[in-house]
Amino acid sequence: MQTPGPIEYERATSVEHAIALLEQHGPDSRVIAGGHSLLPMMKLRLANPECLIDINDLKELSYIREADGQVRIGALTRHRELLDSELLARNFPVFADAERVIADPPVRNRGTIGGSLAQADPAEDLSAVCSALKAEAVIAGSSGERVVAMEDFHAGPYTTAIGDGEILTEIRTPIRSGAGSAHEKVERRAGDWAIAAVSAAVWIDGGTIADAGLALAAVGLTTVHATRSEELLRGEQPSEQLFSEAGKLASEDCSPTADGRGSVDYKRHLAGELSKRALTCAAERAQLQEA
Amino acid sequence: MATTTAAAHTPMGHGRMKRKEDARFIRGEGKYLDDIKLPGMLHGAILRSPYAHARIVSIDTSKALAHPKVHRVITAKDLETLGLAWMPTISYDSQAVLAGDKVRFQGQEVAFVIAEDRYSARDALPLIDVEYEPLPAVVNARKALDPDAPLIRDDKPDQTDNLASPLWEAGDAEECERVFADADTVVERDMIYPRCHPAPLETCGMIADMDPETGQLDIYNGNQAPNLHRTVYAQVAGLPEHMIRVMTNDIGGGFGNKVPVYPGYVCTIVGSIVTGKPVKWVEDRSENLMSTGFARDYLMHGRICAKDGRITGIQVDVIADHGAFDSTAQPSKFPAGFFHVFAGSYDLEAAHCSVKAVYTNKAPGGVAYRCSFRVTEAIYVTERLVGELALKMGADPVELRMNSFIQPEQFPYENKTGWTYDSGNYPETMREAMRIAGYEELRKEQTERRASGELMGIGVSFFTEVVGAGPKKHMDILGQGMADAADLRVHASGAAVLSISAQTQGQGHETTFAQIVGEELGISPDKIKVRHGDTDRTPFGLGTYGSRSTPVSGASAAVAARRVRDKARLIAAGMLETSPEDLVWEKGRWYVRGDPEKGATIDEIAEAAYGEAPLPEGLEGGLDGQCVYDPPNLTYPCGAYICVVDVDPGTAEIKVRRFIAVDDCGVRINPMVVEGQIMGGLAEGVGIALMELISFDEQGNCLNGSMMDYLIPTALECPDWELGATETPCPHHPIGAKGVGESATNGSPPAIVNAVCDALYETHRVAHIDMPLNPARVWEAMRGRAEPPQ
Amino acid sequence: MEVTVTVNGEQATRDIEPAMLLVHFLREELDLTGTHWGCDTSNCGACVVQMDGRPVKSCTVLAAMAQGHEIRTIESIGSDGGLDPVQEGFREEHGLQCGFCTPGMIMTARALLDENPDPSEEEIRTAISGQICRCTGYANIVRAVRWAAEHQGAKAGGR
Repeated sequence: MQTPGPIEYERATSVEHAIALLEQHGPDSRVIAGGHSLLPMMKLRLANPECLIDINDLKELSYIREADGQVRIGALTRHRELLDSELLARNFPVFADAERVIADPPVRNRGTIGGSLAQADPAEDLSAVCSALKAEAVIAGSSGERVVAMEDFHAGPYTTAIGDGEILTEIRTPIRSGAGSAHEKVERRAGDWAIAAVSAAVWIDGGTIADAGLALAAVGLTTVHATRSEELLRGEQPSEQLFSEAGKLASEDCSPTADGRGSVDYKRHLAGELSKRALTCAAERAQLQEA
Repeated sequence: MATTTAAAHTPMGHGRMKRKEDARFIRGEGKYLDDIKLPGMLHGAILRSPYAHARIVSIDTSKALAHPKVHRVITAKDLETLGLAWMPTISYDSQAVLAGDKVRFQGQEVAFVIAEDRYSARDALPLIDVEYEPLPAVVNARKALDPDAPLIRDDKPDQTDNLASPLWEAGDAEECERVFADADTVVERDMIYPRCHPAPLETCGMIADMDPETGQLDIYNGNQAPNLHRTVYAQVAGLPEHMIRVMTNDIGGGFGNKVPVYPGYVCTIVGSIVTGKPVKWVEDRSENLMSTGFARDYLMHGRICAKDGRITGIQVDVIADHGAFDSTAQPSKFPAGFFHVFAGSYDLEAAHCSVKAVYTNKAPGGVAYRCSFRVTEAIYVTERLVGELALKMGADPVELRMNSFIQPEQFPYENKTGWTYDSGNYPETMREAMRIAGYEELRKEQTERRASGELMGIGVSFFTEVVGAGPKKHMDILGQGMADAADLRVHASGAAVLSISAQTQGQGHETTFAQIVGEELGISPDKIKVRHGDTDRTPFGLGTYGSRSTPVSGASAAVAARRVRDKARLIAAGMLETSPEDLVWEKGRWYVRGDPEKGATIDEIAEAAYGEAPLPEGLEGGLDGQCVYDPPNLTYPCGAYICVVDVDPGTAEIKVRRFIAVDDCGVRINPMVVEGQIMGGLAEGVGIALMELISFDEQGNCLNGSMMDYLIPTALECPDWELGATETPCPHHPIGAKGVGESATNGSPPAIVNAVCDALYETHRVAHIDMPLNPARVWEAMRGRAEPPQ
Repeated sequence: MEVTVTVNGEQATRDIEPAMLLVHFLREELDLTGTHWGCDTSNCGACVVQMDGRPVKSCTVLAAMAQGHEIRTIESIGSDGGLDPVQEGFREEHGLQCGFCTPGMIMTARALLDENPDPSEEEIRTAISGQICRCTGYANIVRAVRWAAEHQGAKAGGR
């Protein structure tokens, strides 16, 4: 097996301590949580940090709770916990949909939502989930906390709004009535990255879509926000034709690249098809909620 | 779901028996290569070429040598002084151990670092400075023989092009022309059996321990042919063969990947020689995928014809891509292995094939991954052609096969390409598969689902394999006859030790070979220890691959046991004061004809063999038997497979809903073990058909060099296999067994592809899609844009 | 650096390089070679052990990160006298051939049954979906886990 190169290792005892260590060791240090993005890259020598700051002891960052009309998820929450959470299942079943198809069970026991979002792989599922839900990211640094909307969080492939000396601490999603959400993914095999994946969320009020979120993974340089689709959906009544149309717009607005997983044409096709399926499922769930 | 629980008691011979070797594996006490530590052991790592084709301008090892934990760095220059920079391959080509003049594939071995521990060895690799001058790469096998193609093997004095092996033919081309001209329906198709990889879960590796005082070279290496390897090292390294000991211990899967001698092995041995210490080298997964023996890569053009509802002719022309060195592992007179068994299970009027092989700038190999020496490729092309023929004729694929089969009364059957099939009842095997599948109901269901827009497919594959290589009069590997041997010693207590030359990598030989002896002698398999995998303590033989353990080694064990039984008869005659002709055998004892109370059990006879009482005149003591078995013929297992798939019309994802496999491998020594072998092979078929691929870009960069991109099926992609059996014993094998290890890997890929085409032909006119049938490729095919993979 | 990891109920302290992976710590420092490895990219699962009762891929955990946690390997399953029902199930149902994936499969199966004593076939397949077996085709592994569920003496669940 390939092995990582020499490193220094520090263990953070608090968020403040983690931030202080990041500042102390500078830009060649990296925070490590689950480590299932970082360690494989280190083994392949694609990432060569000089110092790893282990934040796994920061239990204060591991929670899923309701507060102030939001669901708040600590950045250190493991994928498995997101999958098992009843609170999330009630409010945002899109999380369980996605977690079922993220990596595999042993990986989900270690990987965290913070790690996945911070890694910002363009094919990463939770980024689409959080974008569709109009979530916000809470980032802590030595000068305090700041809140960043998901559409501003992802700047490009493997690039986020998290700066040097900062760490992602929490994801917040607003709870609104009439919510339904779903995630659809096509992969070559269980555990693989998506060929394309779509997260959809709708909020239905009196039979009409009051708001919608549609985000796509693996079909752009970063998570694609299907804003034209969202505009189309707002104010309309759910229908197969509407969702097909929304899917068509999403398909046009994404920018997939051809690779071993599929051609541009196929990925665009999936963007449309999966958008339609995710929206259909989200709407059904919203209508069940209403009833 | 049903269980396959083994018998509660140990059968006295053949039967469902729990495995003896499990005891250590379920406790994590298996001893695999990387589990072994020797005192003072050093660790090796290989620096590999990033380029597919490049001249080596210079190699500077000074920075690596300066690493505090590095002991040595070996390059081609060092090996040249030992005459080991190049080594012969099994196919009489030569292969660079470490690249000197040029690198010829991405991942080729360039330098070998020896350090204190594996982390330091790995850290030292980037410290070796290699200056390369990249050259254009040959990546497309069809273009390898273009006049302007770069010459890859300029190391060979007479090589002026990239031809690795000249055109080789079997069958009758003229007769084919006549038959095709006379046919009602002809299907012609380009198809590729793409490059894939056996990828056993344990990678390859070696510990070499040369004792500088005695000259004894102990080699720990999980390979499938320990005796053959010993011979190769003796020849290649000029070391005395009796001073080389190859020990395999436990092997975490082989599947043909662990047959060849790899450059890393030679480097490890040299490393031990020059440092005077044991050296361990274990490859990582990317090395395994990018440099060790790949499988397949056959570019085929096939055509098939039918007249009056029967298949009458098949013709196939092949370009074989061997990579940069022809290291294919197959009998020496068979450059295309046993590919010419493609004539299959059908009573054809004509068949012909031609195979030529080319070099490309890719990893060397081709014969691996349970292919029975290219029989996978043969079965695939034939069964795919039959599948497409059925679609074109609008014929039911089972009916077309039934009308075309070789019939039971025609055995032994000499086919149109020189093979004499031993036995089979193809219609019975096919009918049994149909029964288990509920074939008629499936077709009804398909009609109903089709009406509601669903895409359900039913695919059929019927195959005849040829395994158990092979008779000395026909074949050899590197000049070694393909006989395997067994050495049986029965102790005074009636317990026994059987030493064999076969090499299990999970096939359960410690159990099944004990069962063979148990069956012959009436000794409980629990009292029979099977010894293998140590060339100092086991007889010479050519090892385990090509499904040859049961046909060859199994036969040698049975014959050795029968020789023991014959000797036991003579001893018993003395004990019972009668003549040997008057004794009758029932399992476990000889008794006097007409007086069954008067007999001697094998335990009593064993005691007497070593005891103080004199033995009959001319008989020496002990109760041993030996056999070196040169098989009189190969064996021909067959099978009927039916696969049910559902294709998602919107995403083109494929779900293998059901897989029915009826195998006929003759007599089954341990049905539980046989079923296990089949199920594992079926999973490999799912992988090969749907997701496994080693591909390259135009520069020769390998795109599937890790398990992130070399996809192997998980439990979620595999259905619950539905197995059946028919049994037509092998007439020339002592037990009537044929071997089965590779049947499922051979027979399943075309069943799956046939199923997908069956799902898509009516609605989308898809008659063929090259593997792997991943969703993107299936989707393109549904749009009329099927392309072969890169 | 000095690292103390609780492995199979005992504290093990060793002086190691920080880059050392848990799988190598177990195999090389503690001579617990029952845990295997088979890839470079956290895909194959041959290295699965239990961390705080849950299956994790030990090739993707630094030994240093395991400090303060309970690691359990195949060597802790069963006892000198007897076998865990999961081990028995693998033998009864021929759930192994070469044995290389087996320790990892057993660790996952044991953890699954500890949490869910009566898993369905689907649940078993999902639980082992992060681990590759090249030999068995998985069906007998599923049967092995079901055998263990049926024979481990726990009261049957509501399934």
